[in-house]
Amino acid sequence: MSNYRVHGATGEWEVVIGLEVHAQVTSKAKLFSGASTAFGAEPNSQVSLVDAAMPGMLPVPNRECIRQAVRTGMAIEAQINTWSRFDRKNYFYADLPQGYQISQLYHPLVGEGQLVIEADEKAGIPEDKVIRIERIHVEQDAGKLMHDQHPTMSYVDLNRTGVALMEIVSRPDMTSPAEAGAYIRKLRSILRYVGSCDGNMEEGSMRADVNVSVRRVGDTELGTRTETKNVNSVRFVMQAIEHEVQRQIDVIEDGGTVVQETRLFDPNTGTTRSMRSKEDAHDYRYFPDPDLLPVVLHEDFLEECRASLPELPDAKRARYENELGLTPYNARELTAEVETFARFETLLAATAKGIGKPEKDVATQVANWSLSVAPGVIKALGDEGDPANATAERQAAILDMQAKGEISGGQAKEIFEIVLKEGREPAEIAETEGLKQVSDTGAIEAAIDEILANNQDKVEQYKGGKDKLFGFFVGQTMKAMQGKANPAVVNQILKDKLG
Amino acid sequence: MTDFTQMGLKAIRDGVAAGDFTAREVAEAHNDAVAAASELNAFIVATPDHALAAADKVDAARAAGEELGPMAGVPIGMKDLFATKGVQTAAASHILEGFKPPYESTVSQKLWDAGAGMLGKLNMDQFAMGSSNETSYFGNVASPWKKLGSNATLTPGGSSGGSSAAVAARLCPAATGTDTGGSIRQPAAITGITGIKPTYGRCSRWGIVAFASSLDQAGPMARSVEDCAIMLGAMAGFDPKDSTSIDAPVPDWAGALDSNLEGKTVGIPREYHVDGMDPEIEASWEQGKQWLRDAGAKVVDISLPHTKYALPAYYIIAPAEASSNLARYDGVRYGLRDLPEGAGLQDMYAATRSDGFGDEVKRRILIGTYVLSAGFYDAYYTQAQKVRTLVQKDFMDVFEQVDVILTPTTPTAAFALGEKTDDPLSMYLNDVFSVPASLAGLPAMSVPATLTQDGLPLGLHLVGKPMDEQGVLNAGLAIEQRAGFTAQPEKWW
Amino acid sequence: MSVTREEVAKIASLARISMDEAALDHMVPELNNILAFVEQLGEVDTSAVEPMTAVIPQEQRLRDDVVDADPLTGGGRRDDVLANAPVAEHGFFGVPKVIE
Ligand SMILES: [Mg+2]
Ligand SMILES: [Zn+2]
Repeated sequence: MSNYRVHGATGEWEVVIGLEVHAQVTSKAKLFSGASTAFGAEPNSQVSLVDAAMPGMLPVPNRECIRQAVRTGMAIEAQINTWSRFDRKNYFYADLPQGYQISQLYHPLVGEGQLVIEADEKAGIPEDKVIRIERIHVEQDAGKLMHDQHPTMSYVDLNRTGVALMEIVSRPDMTSPAEAGAYIRKLRSILRYVGSCDGNMEEGSMRADVNVSVRRVGDTELGTRTETKNVNSVRFVMQAIEHEVQRQIDVIEDGGTVVQETRLFDPNTGTTRSMRSKEDAHDYRYFPDPDLLPVVLHEDFLEECRASLPELPDAKRARYENELGLTPYNARELTAEVETFARFETLLAATAKGIGKPEKDVATQVANWSLSVAPGVIKALGDEGDPANATAERQAAILDMQAKGEISGGQAKEIFEIVLKEGREPAEIAETEGLKQVSDTGAIEAAIDEILANNQDKVEQYKGGKDKLFGFFVGQTMKAMQGKANPAVVNQILKDKLG
Repeated sequence: MTDFTQMGLKAIRDGVAAGDFTAREVAEAHNDAVAAASELNAFIVATPDHALAAADKVDAARAAGEELGPMAGVPIGMKDLFATKGVQTAAASHILEGFKPPYESTVSQKLWDAGAGMLGKLNMDQFAMGSSNETSYFGNVASPWKKLGSNATLTPGGSSGGSSAAVAARLCPAATGTDTGGSIRQPAAITGITGIKPTYGRCSRWGIVAFASSLDQAGPMARSVEDCAIMLGAMAGFDPKDSTSIDAPVPDWAGALDSNLEGKTVGIPREYHVDGMDPEIEASWEQGKQWLRDAGAKVVDISLPHTKYALPAYYIIAPAEASSNLARYDGVRYGLRDLPEGAGLQDMYAATRSDGFGDEVKRRILIGTYVLSAGFYDAYYTQAQKVRTLVQKDFMDVFEQVDVILTPTTPTAAFALGEKTDDPLSMYLNDVFSVPASLAGLPAMSVPATLTQDGLPLGLHLVGKPMDEQGVLNAGLAIEQRAGFTAQPEKWW
Repeated sequence: MSVTREEVAKIASLARISMDEAALDHMVPELNNILAFVEQLGEVDTSAVEPMTAVIPQEQRLRDDVVDADPLTGGGRRDDVLANAPVAEHGFFGVPKVIE
């Protein structure tokens, strides 16, 4: 249980949060028409007669949208309903040409599922927590209204009208803004792994309706909730919750009652306000869309959906820890984002192949490189470097040289810097820039012999038990070798010679 | 000189194909007939140029020795519910007045592709809601028929009343209709013509202004069973743009027509014998049974126990769907916009829709809104859809024993305009015999049977198994051959 | 069940049809007549009956995910989409200003 509590004037409050996330389904064409879903086109240029609800137009569902929603359902271990259908949600608004949204109320495509948000002490999430998901249904997006282009008119752009959305409805299982944030991040990660939504919150690909209520600690009844619509970033969701919680507590403590209503979040002020336009949108008169038939999913379709699922975040993280031997921290960091694990796995494969070892033997080295060394160099260089130069092959070549002892850690960074700046090949850089360490036992042995001969007193002291002097010999040797000796070789020879 | 307006669809097509006359001559004759019949008010818009252009194309194709389509050279009327590219498509409403679709409905396109031409857009009950053609924004349609010894203007039926009037008055050999609860069959019956509603899903609904999606079907209205069979063949067919379209080949119905009913069983549902039934209707039904027996069929009594509940179920389901289907008429993207001074968006909607919809349309929208609203949905809508299941099951049960069902098409002959407008409910009862087949999605047709003593046509109604339009057409042909119905209205317009 | 004048007014508002007093005078008894007629459905025992979902038993067909394959169902026809609009400016539909 989260221990998130809000201190009010009259006592302690706890918070109940449920989220309805609208995620744009990745598809080329809209849910019920052949118009494009591409972002940022000229107004009304991606609108079919169907989307504009011309008289006599009819919807025919896009298989890919159904498929992506089913795959998403499978990824959250949900019940897939092999018999579902579309319903109409009736209301009047200028962004809704049909006068109804085709959605799913009575028989959604996906039923009960769940996801796990990970423990995060700092954020007040003491242990892993299961958040239940009630359902995923597929529905049409609305168009866009522009209010600031004309003094007395709003302008209507229907390009988004009819784009497929998955509405992913959680149970009211979250009890703090941090949990809500973690839930959205985890959901986004799953969607992006599956490829069913690009998760691009700036472009509106993911928006959350945030249901919040408060109650006094110890109460078991749920308080009256408000729904804040269309909040479009993790940060804003957390802000909206914080504001709503405080507002509701203030209302109750001042002797008022919370009104069940739809609210709007203002990102500029971090506050919510009542939404006038939705005041009477309370009776949607849902009924099965008579233009559409029941969607029946057959085993071959389901099998294809199942087979096309990638390894999912939780499974990947477990594998990184258990099979690759990575630390929990590294495993979590590497699996959070699709891009991160993709780069890591490419580099890991290239490195393992180059070195000729199993992946698990080089995974820690590659993980450290990926998470701290390489990002550090890239960040330090800033605009001077071009990350595009850092191909997996080049990075693998650096890691390969390092693993073989041909270069030191410091040299690896220096070589990577040059790679970033100039796009040259690591082997060539190491050669021409003299960034190689000496592993030639002959040269190192000669240097060590000389040092031991010149420091007989210290050799005696060491042999007499002053172990710390070992570091002195290493230092002297490295100095004699101008820092280019392979430390492992130096250590080995010194140990042999000092007995 | 040949009077082309007296010729049926097939006769025109075959004559054009044989070179007996040109398609242009036929089109001109019908354009003239349309122009001279303004008193009937059957057409909202005449499109003589469309008819001539299509005819010229057919004549040119024939001259070039090209193969001609099944409707080549036939000028037809198009119900105003079908979107016709560049030609006003208003569903006989004010709210869509002036709307010129940038698209062509699938069914009308198929007809043009088959070589037909368009004489104009036919008047109808507004948004297909009505049974007398008195709800059109563009005025009532007058039936070409008159009662003997009376000059009262009669209804041509509805909602396809412009279609029935035009075909009966010989303004066109055939017309499209649409049928939601009887809107092809009832007007056909009371104007002495033939009309068939195919199995739900046979004709694409794409581009047809929607009334009640789960019931709407297009079909032909013409002056013979064979003409209907030919035209239905041109209208029907799978359309990937309509989710409820049936993906099945279109049989050659016209080619397979056969009025020998030996081995067939005809069912007579006892629930259609209603108390106080018009004796002339009763008599024509009896006559119909005999004709079918004469054609070799066995006639048996059957029971469709939920018949009584079909009409009330229909008057929940159809308005519910309509209330939602008509939400798109909001003054934003096309059609009428009524923007009172200082009105906001929602006020604009309310003003536009109040001004743009007629009373019957409003009535049905309100009924539909009510039965779907919170707290009433299950009691009304869900219950109606369950009853619909039972009505369909009744049919499917009897189709284990019978091939086709015979009933009267309408409870009465044509009534006078204005006679029933004060009582919406009594108007609804016109569809009492046609609605059950609509709820069950079955093919059904009306064939002219006889004239009443007042000289008005009565029709007989045949209902078939799903996808068995052939069975319906064959039984219809058997009646047609025996009824020998050749009466036509005396020209007064 | 019958509807009151207030309920009819509420339904009309939900359906976005403005109705004056005279219109309501007409409509209330008409709606009650019709509702009384459909009321008889309540007599039917439907406890073991499924509501109709598809009158001709069929499953939903699904479309391929292809853009603009058919101009009748594809985009890229802004002029057609705007052609019948009461108000269209700069490629947008215009409506009275909406305050959210
Ligand atoms: Mg929601
Ligand atoms: Zn939604």
